[in-house]
Amino acid sequence: MIRARIRKNFAAGAESAGFALDVEFEAEKGITVLFGPSGAGKTLTLDCIAGFVRPDEGRILVDDEILYDGAAGVHLAPRARHCGYVFQNYALFPHMTLRKNLEFAAARIPRLERHRKISEILEKFHLSDVSGRRPHELSGGQKQRCSIARALIREPRLLLLDEPARGLDAPLRAELYAILRQVRVEFGIPVLLVTHDSGECFELGDEMIVLRDGRVVQSGTPRNIFEQPANIEIARLLGLFNLLPVEVRALDPGRNTSRLRYEDFELTGPYFPGRLIGDHAWLCIRPDQLSAKPRNGRAGFNEIPAALVRVVEKPERLRLEFSGEIAVELERRQFESYSNVKDWVIEFPQTGLRIL
Amino acid sequence: MWLSLRVAVISTAAALVMGLWLAWTLANREFRGKEILDAAVTLPLVLPPTVLGYYLLVLLGRNSPVGQLYEWLFGGPLVFTWQAAVVAALFHSTPLLVKSARAAFESVDRSYERAARNLGASEMRLFLRVTLPLTRRTILAAAALAFARSLGDFGVTLMIAGNIPGRTQTVAIAIYDAVEAGKGNVALVLVLILSGVSLLVLSVANRLTTNPFGPRQTAI
Repeated sequence: MIRARIRKNFAAGAESAGFALDVEFEAEKGITVLFGPSGAGKTLTLDCIAGFVRPDEGRILVDDEILYDGAAGVHLAPRARHCGYVFQNYALFPHMTLRKNLEFAAARIPRLERHRKISEILEKFHLSDVSGRRPHELSGGQKQRCSIARALIREPRLLLLDEPARGLDAPLRAELYAILRQVRVEFGIPVLLVTHDSGECFELGDEMIVLRDGRVVQSGTPRNIFEQPANIEIARLLGLFNLLPVEVRALDPGRNTSRLRYEDFELTGPYFPGRLIGDHAWLCIRPDQLSAKPRNGRAGFNEIPAALVRVVEKPERLRLEFSGEIAVELERRQFESYSNVKDWVIEFPQTGLRIL
Repeated sequence: MWLSLRVAVISTAAALVMGLWLAWTLANREFRGKEILDAAVTLPLVLPPTVLGYYLLVLLGRNSPVGQLYEWLFGGPLVFTWQAAVVAALFHSTPLLVKSARAAFESVDRSYERAARNLGASEMRLFLRVTLPLTRRTILAAAALAFARSLGDFGVTLMIAGNIPGRTQTVAIAIYDAVEAGKGNVALVLVLILSGVSLLVLSVANRLTTNPFGPRQTAI
């Protein structure tokens, strides 16, 4: 496992704003996703762990070995850290064949065993046929696999991946995810993966750490974070929710209900502990939790009228975007007979409402 | 001519060792006075040869500690020997090499260096197996330039190696001598030879730099 507390300040320069990284987290074996917008300090965190950047203070421990300790003045060189690192651009040495790239990484392993290991890992990553080629003669997927193989051949105690899926098309992405799941099972080491794709967090992450402006703003399982974003900022970062400004108008703990005011409409939701009447908050609800139907007379209970603005095709469903920036996802067949209707009502489930 | 070639070859070899080390240090280490060191290394490019020659005379002369150490080690003074011509050419050509090597080293994508360090490579291994192969062409081209410059040095060599026919008289100095003595034919021949050799070396250097590095053919 890895335990890290990292602080690093960059003074503002002539052309750059200052930046302060101040993060603390732990990761067990399995895949931990570092999620955040660009400029949140995700890659910098990896670079501090790998030893490319020296933090100002803090402590980095992997399996009880100290990689960095600001107070004690310990700062191991990158080559002594045994952290596998998969670079965003793969960083395969362009003048070496794929096999030579692996040999370079495995230099410390005795010769006979090295040979066996390289053949083994080439086999495992389906690279045996192209092992004599140089990186520029490989496809994107092969380069990707080779860079992961090269990072793993030294049997690192930790694997760091910097946006590995960036620039990959859908099939390669799926292949990458499959490889990473395999790595998770076979190597049993902590894997830290940097991404700004919320779908990737859900697909791969056992745990998830949300970074913003150099700080950890939430951590937990992806499922938890997606269901219970800690605040409006995180909900925005995840980019999955309808976020509507509401005012709390009534709270009734006895009947477990509340009334919220959104623009000119009233919605009924569950009781929100810790909230006061008159509070302004954000109603946070996923498009697939809402339903919509053509408007027929007045809007009914927990329904609000809205005009359809646009229909976005998704692989399995349709995303209807309404005035007021509300999106609803529907099954295709639920929509087909109403495709020329403009006026709709959106129905809010009473129990699933959540406010931030 | 042979003397000139010998001087140029030896000084280029020495310039490679010294220049690459200096360039590596300048490109990779952070220390105070780094840019001052770079400027000092570049100085011989802009100073008149007489100034450089004067410094070397003072530094390596028979009365200086370095000069005396050399005398003690090799049983003879350094100044006014062909070895002094090597030193002159070395100081004359190293700056070129350092400049282009530093630029080449700094142009190597940092992620390659990070990857090498991350994969357990020592700095030496990183240099020999990654940085040097990646910058090979530029370094060779720079070495060719340094060689041509060594070959053509006049002023510094004259100051510290003198003009002793058969011992320290390089081609450049011999041309001066021949012109002074009114031997126009000798001068012409020497001029043509020196121009030809330099042209050859420079065209090799050009080929090296214009050939794009990167995707190269593999053996298979």
